[in-house]
Amino acid sequence: MTPRVRLPHPGGLTLFLMLDQSFYKGVIIIFSTIGEVFPVLLKGIEITIVVLVLSAIFGYLFAFIAGLCRLSNNLILRKFTGFYVEVFRGTSLIVQLFWLYYAIPMLFGFDLGSNLLAGVLAIALNYGAYMSEIVRGSILSVAKGQTEAATALNMSRFQRMRFVIFPQAVRMMLPEFGNYLIQMLKATSLVSLIGMTDILYHGNILRSSDLSAAPTVYFLVLVFYFIIALPLIFLTRKMEDISKKGVAS
Amino acid sequence: MNNWNWDIFFDAFPIVIQGLGITIGLTFACYIFALVFGFVWTFLRRIPYKPINWIVTWVMEFIRSTPPLVQLFFIFYALPMVPVVGVALDPFTSAVLGLGVHFSTYIGEVYRSGIEGVEKGQWEASKALNFSTTKKWTKIILPQAIPPTIPMLGNYLIIMFKEVPLASTIGVVGILQMANDYGAQHWRYLEPLTIVAILFLVLSYPSAILVSKLEKKMNRRFDKKAPTGSKPLKEEGKGAVM
Repeated sequence: MTPRVRLPHPGGLTLFLMLDQSFYKGVIIIFSTIGEVFPVLLKGIEITIVVLVLSAIFGYLFAFIAGLCRLSNNLILRKFTGFYVEVFRGTSLIVQLFWLYYAIPMLFGFDLGSNLLAGVLAIALNYGAYMSEIVRGSILSVAKGQTEAATALNMSRFQRMRFVIFPQAVRMMLPEFGNYLIQMLKATSLVSLIGMTDILYHGNILRSSDLSAAPTVYFLVLVFYFIIALPLIFLTRKMEDISKKGVAS
Repeated sequence: MNNWNWDIFFDAFPIVIQGLGITIGLTFACYIFALVFGFVWTFLRRIPYKPINWIVTWVMEFIRSTPPLVQLFFIFYALPMVPVVGVALDPFTSAVLGLGVHFSTYIGEVYRSGIEGVEKGQWEASKALNFSTTKKWTKIILPQAIPPTIPMLGNYLIIMFKEVPLASTIGVVGILQMANDYGAQHWRYLEPLTIVAILFLVLSYPSAILVSKLEKKMNRRFDKKAPTGSKPLKEEGKGAVM
């Protein structure tokens, strides 16, 4: 399988580091399998990105809906959203995922249809709950004078929110939203546990067929995730700059 | 709703709760590891040499922006295969190492924010009083830097508690794994998984309230005493971790 190469003996250094032929063999295995592993993992990128994009869209949607509902005047709506947020913040994502995937069909007698839906829903509901707190906090932290000024200008409640409060609040949310995007990317790795063929799933299959390839496989999986995360990291930094611009600290 | 079966609920409850000790033990083991290892990151980042600083920053960024699940798999499955440094670890140790290292990067940032919150005058005073480096850190800087971060550290304990079920994927038999086993044996996932969710909620919600109370108390305490010029704590990359 692995090429049998005779490597030059590096002398005393080898003795010092206690490295022998098996060390080189190990290193050769790690590097020679990159070529096999890379294209297999590449097949999973599409699913990972689809799950990430869908969860991000729904996550932000839930965050805005829940965040605004928690500021509503309607007591029932407020309590209900509060309950949703506390339940999803209080339990862990992996439990929610399994619950949506295994328990919901048993409880209500219907399937969520696919593991894509269960995965996206779990991630979106979980992070929607976390981010709704940011939406709420940002809206509450807009200076009171802004609301008063808007009232003085005879704006309706909706107009105040739409033209005065909300645009200022969104700026404050941006950096945290960027951070949560990276968190959501990390969370997408969990969908491999419910059978979606993402990067990690392909990696696990490779590992189970060839145990000695495990270091290459998982290191490459990590690198893949990091490469997807890089633009998000820079986006978050950009958003931090945007939210700081023109604001007296 | 007629699919809900209380008999199975009460049958599964004592079985699932057997895993609670492992889950809580693992949480604290990871937490202590992360608390200690966080200092390593904090001090590595303080090395005033650009290339090292740059490398440490990006290594931290790499660890915190890749999934802890993959890191667990790496430590559990791949580490034994790595030549020379490779060691085979049992699931519990792997989980402590994997989750501990992942969270230490976050905890390191918390410490950093605490250290940056220490007033400049304190550094100058320690120099003026001719304190050695060790004494400066242990007697002056850290005693002031760490207490204000306690609420943040408490938050991370709760966050970690919710991350610990990830370890069930490498075979740590916590409550989630207990529930999955029960589900596989009896082909009933609904009740055991609900029990797990309830257990998490029951344990993490009161602790979250406790931490936010502590936070308010601390804020009041440190706001009153804070002399002018000290910066409020600001944490980068705050938020839930997965």
